[in-house]
Formats: sequence, structure tokens, C-alpha cells
Amino acid sequence: MSEIEIRNVFKIFGADTRTALAMARDGADKSAILAKTGCSVGLNDVSLRIPPGRVFVIMGLSGSGKSTLVRHINRLIEPTSGEILVDGRNVLGLSAPELRDFRKSRVSMVFQSFGLMPHRSVLQNVIYGQRVRGLSRAEAEPIGMKWIETVGLTGYENKYPFQLSGGMKQRVGLARALAANTDIILMDEAFSALDPLIRGEMQDQLIQLEHDLAKTIVFITHDLDEALRIGAEIAILKDGKLVQVGTPHEILTSPANNYVARFVERRSLQGGEQHG
Amino acid sequence: MFPEALHISIREPINDLVQSIVVNYGFVFKAISQVILKAILLFEWVLRGLPWWVVFAAFLVLTWASCRKPGMVAFVAVLLFAVGAFGLWDLTMQTLALMLISTVIAVVIGIPIGIWLAKSQLMRRVTLPLLDIMQTMPSFVYLIPAIMLFGLGKVPAVLATIIYAVPPLIRLTDLGIRQVDGEVVEAATAFGGSPRQILFGVELPLATPTIMAGLNQTIMMALSMVVVASMIGARGLGEQVLNGIQTLDVGKGLEAGIGIVILAIVLDRITQGFGQSAQKGRTNE
Ligand SMILES: Nc1ncnc2c1ncn2[C@@H]1O[C@H](COP(=O)(O)OP(=O)(O)O)[C@@H](O)[C@H]1O
Ligand SMILES: [Mg+2]
Repeated sequence: MSEIEIRNVFKIFGADTRTALAMARDGADKSAILAKTGCSVGLNDVSLRIPPGRVFVIMGLSGSGKSTLVRHINRLIEPTSGEILVDGRNVLGLSAPELRDFRKSRVSMVFQSFGLMPHRSVLQNVIYGQRVRGLSRAEAEPIGMKWIETVGLTGYENKYPFQLSGGMKQRVGLARALAANTDIILMDEAFSALDPLIRGEMQDQLIQLEHDLAKTIVFITHDLDEALRIGAEIAILKDGKLVQVGTPHEILTSPANNYVARFVERRSLQGGEQHG
Repeated sequence: MFPEALHISIREPINDLVQSIVVNYGFVFKAISQVILKAILLFEWVLRGLPWWVVFAAFLVLTWASCRKPGMVAFVAVLLFAVGAFGLWDLTMQTLALMLISTVIAVVIGIPIGIWLAKSQLMRRVTLPLLDIMQTMPSFVYLIPAIMLFGLGKVPAVLATIIYAVPPLIRLTDLGIRQVDGEVVEAATAFGGSPRQILFGVELPLATPTIMAGLNQTIMMALSMVVVASMIGARGLGEQVLNGIQTLDVGKGLEAGIGIVILAIVLDRITQGFGQSAQKGRTNE
């Protein structure tokens, strides 16, 4: 069980981050900062508490900073300013070896465009986390096979990524994150390449996993139906700013502003059949 | 006439500098020279000492291993047979020994430098212009520092060849590593891979086809240096060409020239074959 806390995180991409940061602190918006300094604002004063043992969903349009935000949790990206705490421990204070240990044992990740190693078989990809930890092949392979079975890829363990469809690659990425057996899993649009049937199955499995193993799952999606179905809480980002955080019920019944309302509206226009 | 008073000569200072380097640090160059010479002699001893058909067979096996095409193996067999039939076998083995030793040293130097370039913006900014200059300079220029420090013989010939031939390997190692999909490296990082694990387990394997292309170019450039290097004491096919030119014996020069071309074709096919099989198994083709 791991609790994640993000405190006043700013992330500015570009050369003149100091001016841009000062402007962001003064409340300038993303386009003004871009015009003035040439810097792109990834995150703008984001503070969040992600409770342990639940599925926490992050939503927002493309470019709103979702990927940037989750990459701060395992410090693939360093913030320009702010703090990230996992179980009260400052992730930014970790030394390089400590950070590697933290990544090996505490947090794994599923990538939006899969991030599979093309020169390794499905099985070797899935057990990468265990192998880096120092397990032998013989020890790691049964673990890998179990998760390959869970995601429904039995029979493909010796295939290479180029031999798989997009949805299958995504499931390999999923199995790799699950096989690492960490208590935090970051999922960057992990289901976006799946077709609806498998997607539904995977959502069920994720909910199951949360119940059985009490994992903290940070799940990015831009599909509100998916968010409502699996999320215990939903955070909505716009232009790097946090717009609203709440339970699915709160988001549906009292959207904080137009931006959120539009997400909700579009859903009801589409017919919005109610899931569990 | 350009006014006499404005003449600047770097001749004296350069000569003095070389003189003092040789006097004060001669033992360093002597040691390097000894090691390289031993290596050359070892390679020559193996290639020239073995019966021709053993080397011949080894080439065919290597060709097969690189591309698994019977046609290519037959082609290489015909070419190598032609070398023997022209009476060039021994000279070719001498040249091959120099080539191999130059290539091995180029790999030992070039790949680590290429990796360094890929990792360090500063290093790349300093080195790339240097490589540009190195590649536009005529190959003769490389003979000068080699002779200055090592005199005449096989060792300076090998060193000049290495300096001339190593740039493409450095460039393509750098390129190959930087071309590796960022998200794959990111994934390896996210699962706690150390820089060393990522370099050897992800970046180098994925850069291999590009590095092999660099190796191929390096070998070809080393071969193009063979005749020039023979001017300072490299033996083998290059010397034969040089002799042919100096005595106006066109036929003799041409024969040796054909030997060089054949060596080039064979080595090119084999390295390209390995490069392509490194490419397979990870892409759709
Ligand atoms: N490496 C980067 N360099 C510059 N700008 C970046 C970089 N990564 C992301 N950004 C910018 O940060 C913003 C948020 O991007 P991202 O987190 O990828 O959005 P999302 O995942 O929500 O689609 C975008 O405006 C994007 O252009
Ligand atoms: Mg994204």
C-alpha cells in the first residue's frame, strides 16, 4: 500500500525556465508563457494526494500534461519546482542507486506507445523487471508465464514484438508491469490500443487486481466511460493545471467548470450507457 | 613577391616539438609500437602460416554465417580462387593481416568514443567538427604524424590507416545509439535498469545494424588506404601496386589492384551480411 503525494509541481520544458516559472507563478497561462519565453508548460502548480490501494484516474485532452505528471512519480522527469512524496519519502532526494531500487521494487509503468524491446521475445520483455532485480532466468520465467497467461497471450511467449498487433503489444507492456510486482503501477493510456471487447476484460481484471492485491494504480485515459468504470477518484487536467479532483459521482453531478462539463456532456450525447 | 618580412615558418618549431616528444617520450611510442608490431606479426603468422585451403574454407564458413546464401558463398569462393590463381595469395594475406589489425584497433577505439559522443552533448560538439576535418583531409596527410612518431614500417602504416578509417565507425556508433527509440530506453530506466545494463542490454543491441554499417565503411576506407600506406612500409598488395606504377609495369600493378578490389568485395559482402542479420528478428521484413 503506497500513498503518493504531489506538492506544487511545476514542469517547464524549454531553455528559459526561470522566467517561465516566474510567469506561471504569477498566473500567466500556457499560451502567454509560450509566446513570451518559448517555453512549453507541462505542469502548472499541480498538487494531488493519491490514496493507497485504489485506482486513481487522470483525465484530460491530449497535451494537457497527463504523461508528464505520471513521469514525475517515478522521476523519469525532474520537476522544475515542487515535491513528490511516496509514503512520506521525498522521491527527489533519492541518490541514483536509491532511485534504481525505488523503481525496481516500488513502482512499475505501462507506456502509451508500449516501449517494448524489439530484440527481446515477449517472455524476455515481460520478465525484464525481475531480471534487472537480479533474478535468474529460471526463477523469473515462471513468473513471466503466469502474467502472460493472465493477459491472454499464452502461446506468444517466444514471439517478438514486431510479430504482434498493437493490442497484443499493449498487453505485453501490461504483463511486464504486473510481473514486476510493485505496489504502485503507472498506466499511461494502457488500454487505448485494445479493441472494446478485450478492453472491457482488461478493465475487469484491473478492478480485480486492485481488490486482490491492494495496488495503487495511477491510470491515464481520455475516455470518461473508462474513468468512471474503474476510477475510485478522478483528476482532470487542462493545459497543465488541475481543474477538478473528485469521485466519479462528483465529476458527473457537479463539474467544476465548462471544460469538465464538456467531457460529461459528450458522454451523454454518445448515449452514455451506465457501467458498474 | 610576398614580402619576406611577413614570412612565418612553423617548420622549425614543429620539428623541435617532434624532436622533444621523441626524445622525452620515445619509450611510450616504442612500447605502443612493440605491442602493435607483435599483433601484426601474430596475424600474419596465422594467415600466412596456415595452409591456403584452411583460410579459404574459413572465409566460406564466415560468408555462410553472415548471410546463409549458397550463391554468395559460391561467389566468394570464385573470387578467392582468382586471387590464388593470380599468384597473389601471400600478398593478399599480408594486406589482410594489416587490415584486420587496423580494424580491430579501430573498433576498440571507435565504439567507445561513439558511445561517449552519444551520451555527451559537449563531447559531440567538440568531436564532430574534428571528424569532418579528418574525413576531408587527403589520406596522405595521415602519413606525416605517423612517420614523425614511429618512423617507417608497418606500425605507422597501421596507425595512419586507423586514423583515416575510424571516423565512420565513431559517427555511426553515435548515430545508432541516439536513434534507439526513446520510449524503450525510458521503459528500461523505469524498471530500474542501470546505465550499464541499459547500454549493453538495450542500446548497443539495438544500434548493432547501424554500427555494423559503420564497421563496413571503416573496412572499406582501410582498404582504400592500402596503396598509400605501402609508401611508408606496409607490405602486401599495396606495395605491389606501387612497384607496378614505379616500374611502369602496368600489368603487375593491375593484377595487384584486382586483388585489392576482390578483398574489398569479399569483406564488404561479409560485413553487410552480418549487419542485415542483426537487423532481422526485430523488424518486419
Ligand atoms: N520533452 C518535451 N519537450 C518539450 N515539451 C514537452 C515535452 N514533453 C511534453 N511536452 C509538452 O508538455 C505538454 C504536456 O504533454 P504530455 O504530458 O505529453 O500530454 P498528454 O500526455 O496529456 O497528452 C504538451 O504541451 C507538450 O508539448
Ligand atoms: Mg500522453
